[in-house]
Amino acid sequence: MTMEATRYDDGTISYPGHPRSRNGAEPVETIDLSEYTAEVVTWTTSTATPPGVREPNHLAIVEFDVGEVAETSEGDAVDDGEDVETSVRALVQLTDDEAETGDEVEPVYTEELREPGAGIREPDSQDWDGYRFEPV
Amino acid sequence: MERVAIIGASMTKFGQREEWVQELLAEAGLECLEDAGVDAETVKHLYVSNMASGEFEGQTGVMNGLAHDIGAVPAYTQRIDQTSSSGGAGIYAAWQSVASGASEMTLLVGGEKMTHRTTGEATDVIASLTHPVEYKTGVTLPSFAGMTARHYLERFDAPRESLAKVASKNHKNGVDNPHAQFQKEVDVDTVLESPIVADPLRLYDFCPITDGSAALMLCPESVAQEYTDEYVVISGIDGATDTHVVHEREDPTVMGGVVESGEGAYEMSGRDPDDIDVAELHDMFTILEFLQMEGLGFAEQGEAWELVEEGYTERDTGELPVNTSGGLKSKGHPLGASGVAQGVEIYEQLMGEAGDRQVDAEVGLCCNVGGFGNCVITTIMEAAR
Repeated sequence: MTMEATRYDDGTISYPGHPRSRNGAEPVETIDLSEYTAEVVTWTTSTATPPGVREPNHLAIVEFDVGEVAETSEGDAVDDGEDVETSVRALVQLTDDEAETGDEVEPVYTEELREPGAGIREPDSQDWDGYRFEPV
Repeated sequence: MERVAIIGASMTKFGQREEWVQELLAEAGLECLEDAGVDAETVKHLYVSNMASGEFEGQTGVMNGLAHDIGAVPAYTQRIDQTSSSGGAGIYAAWQSVASGASEMTLLVGGEKMTHRTTGEATDVIASLTHPVEYKTGVTLPSFAGMTARHYLERFDAPRESLAKVASKNHKNGVDNPHAQFQKEVDVDTVLESPIVADPLRLYDFCPITDGSAALMLCPESVAQEYTDEYVVISGIDGATDTHVVHEREDPTVMGGVVESGEGAYEMSGRDPDDIDVAELHDMFTILEFLQMEGLGFAEQGEAWELVEEGYTERDTGELPVNTSGGLKSKGHPLGASGVAQGVEIYEQLMGEAGDRQVDAEVGLCCNVGGFGNCVITTIMEAAR
């Protein structure tokens, strides 16, 4: 299991990946965010959760610093553009309510983030495993 | 291009209704025909704003059903789904149908039937608009609001009470709206002591789950003058999107769709934020009122809370009354109806028909938000006599 972000030819990064970047550039590589720690940007604890979701559900937007300079599809370093990004954000579950804004968190693999088929989404239409994050 | 006029408006009682979606749509549609003085057979285009009648009720084809129910066959008909901004998108579609010359009489009806579902089920239907990587976390729209509210309060050093004051203000306005789901005042302490739903937001920071319907009648200005001496024109309207994945936005406190659609509506109308006398903003969550005030230029970024604290948005004493209808917060939020109902409130304010909610207004604005700012429609209306 990985948590793949995508870097594009224009130096931007997104999680999840898309067929094109927000500027229309093509993907050039993936970055496995599960190999990184992240910083909590903001968080909430949801007490009114949909079918198949744990209650309470601890959620956060976290930011990964993926540092290293990437290469374009032509093999040139993407380091001279105006839009070269070294960080990317993700919405994640937290293991509990111990994390605060600014805390460093790390991933812990979970087979089911929510119960497939309990909600309205067709179970086979997407994957359901992933990572919860806990304070380092 | 001839200006597009609104010559009639209606809305059902919002709340927990026994009727199903088809009946709710017909109730508002027939009342709007009567209010406009238009025969059903005159309707050329019929739009139905509805997010999820198939998911909520197992009833699709509601636009065709409505045309039949109100005697508007063979009008061209189309269902407009843009999640929570389906109503605003319906106004845009109806405006386009008239402005293009394709229709000389367009009826727009928005409606949703939700309350027969549990809160969890209704929340899940709405959350189905999220990307798979969001959906599998169990995120809900209220959860996005909780995270955004925390970020806003921490970043701009805003007091938690300022959000509660939005809820209290809008509930106070809703007392005078006979169509509102809750005609009940809620004070700031009650908001702050209510159960947590998505920390730091509590129960009274959120709109309820609602059944209801609302309608508007649109036509060219020259046709409007055949029916009435007093009407409203849509002087500016625009729609825009932001990222599907919410966390991909550069700034969590900026809704790009609000900014873009607002700029488009201002440009079309030749108006600016100082010209707006009254506004209906999409307060599905209290924090959204701040984000829209800032995105639409009524406040600088991070300062909307100060205007609320100063009473700037109060109905009877403020410089810019916001959500005179009670907003989604107290009036209710039957998804597809909400954007249309915003238009109904601005229409009634500009026509001088708002009763105890009446403010002095010649120019009004409504902003209808879908998803968590994913799709937005901003409409500017002006009184014409």
